[in-house]
Amino acid sequence: MMAALHGMAAESTAQLLAGAWLTMQLTALAMLVGTTLAFPLALMRTSRHGWLRAPAYGYVFFFRGTPLLVQIFLVYYGLAQFEAIRDGFLWPVLGEAYWCAIIAFSLNTAAYTAEILRGGMLAVPLGEREAARALGFSRWQEIRLIVLPRAVRQALPAYGNEVILMLKGSALASTITLLELTGVARTLIARTYLAVEFFALAGLIYLLLTLLIVRGVRLLERRWALPGQAIETVPGTRHGDLLA
Amino acid sequence: MKGLIAFLMAAFIAGLLSTARVAYAEPGVPNPLRIGSEGYYPPFNFVDQSGQLKGFDIDIAMALCERLKVECKLVAQDWDGIIPALLAGKYDAIVASMSITDERKKVVSFTDKYYSNKVRFVAAKGGGFDPGKLDGKTIGTQRATIAANWLAKNAGGAKVKLYDKQTDAYLDLAARRLDAIFADGLVLHEWLKTKAGAGFEMVGDAYELDEGIGIAVRKEDNVLRQRLNAALAAMLADGTYAAINARYFPFSIY
Repeated sequence: MMAALHGMAAESTAQLLAGAWLTMQLTALAMLVGTTLAFPLALMRTSRHGWLRAPAYGYVFFFRGTPLLVQIFLVYYGLAQFEAIRDGFLWPVLGEAYWCAIIAFSLNTAAYTAEILRGGMLAVPLGEREAARALGFSRWQEIRLIVLPRAVRQALPAYGNEVILMLKGSALASTITLLELTGVARTLIARTYLAVEFFALAGLIYLLLTLLIVRGVRLLERRWALPGQAIETVPGTRHGDLLA
Repeated sequence: MKGLIAFLMAAFIAGLLSTARVAYAEPGVPNPLRIGSEGYYPPFNFVDQSGQLKGFDIDIAMALCERLKVECKLVAQDWDGIIPALLAGKYDAIVASMSITDERKKVVSFTDKYYSNKVRFVAAKGGGFDPGKLDGKTIGTQRATIAANWLAKNAGGAKVKLYDKQTDAYLDLAARRLDAIFADGLVLHEWLKTKAGAGFEMVGDAYELDEGIGIAVRKEDNVLRQRLNAALAAMLADGTYAAINARYFPFSIY
């Protein structure tokens, strides 16, 4: 009896860890693709030209204005309704739940990350932009060398937030048959009825993953901090006082 | 103003008390009797256009409540949380086409069966799907079902995809992401009649994996279970059951 129980515990743990690995993949890939998309989107959003601003605005409006669950269903179940898509060259990708989840998550997080980045860009002191122009920088040089490096630094804390939200949002992949962390927990609960136990375990793993993200973002903040603006969060230091 | 606040507080407390108090029409049967069901399992339970739960399960539940002289309060609950929610006291009985199995009996009690079922494969017509050769195939089934449990043990080299709702599995079979669905034969029978199911058929044998479909109650609610059994027996005897059966199937499913 005890041996059987231990065997079950070991098997459950292995399954949960496999689920956590899939959760990490989904989150990392979605953030990678989404963040890459976010740069052009943010630039379009802040463009002087209306024809560039409008589509980016529409994109952000749509993806922030509809639930992620709806988006993932549209990509997975919705697209598959069309014969043309099922016979199309994209079906090897769109036929897989894994890639559907990554597509939906990437498109979704791109909208939020673009807005985070736009916020960072707007917070770049006007004087620095004027200085760039006074030095004869082209508009593109100004954005690439002055605005974006500053914007990325300023956007980091909010971006960390978005990564954490994506980590937890990835639980929705369980609704399209992927056995990521939440999916595994639900399947184990279905078999054992130990709802509290397995959800608590899954929650604990999410907490650990979040801790990793928090640490990672803080590391980046430190690494990229400008001289004189070092991020120190230890109470008693100058910056710590400022935060408090 | 003070009077108004006092009135609101009193109303609030009265509200709390009325929901907290469990009024028993008969000993062991709470009134209202809260019934948990799902809503994505046509024709047994589904949500109609007006958002109401309908189906064979719901009709049975309503007839049972009528016979027990209690009010029926339906609660829609996702399938994979349907037993945990019963144990957590969110409702008093599950009438949702739940198979009576030994695993479930460890956590809940069942009434006598109220219908019988067999589990079947459905695959594309003329697709050559063979239940004896599952290796390399992708089989869809609903999470937390006897079909899912059977596949977990017997699927061999097949890839099993688990769905939250039976209706989602149909979408993926129609989209050709699945080679077959393994599910309750009566439910599949209903889907095959629809436009989406037109290109598909039952393949292979019927598997008897349970002791029939029963109503689940918490283990301590033995009196409720007995009352439900008595009501069920009376419905079978006086033709109420047969009338409900005839609304959904031209043959007896008992």
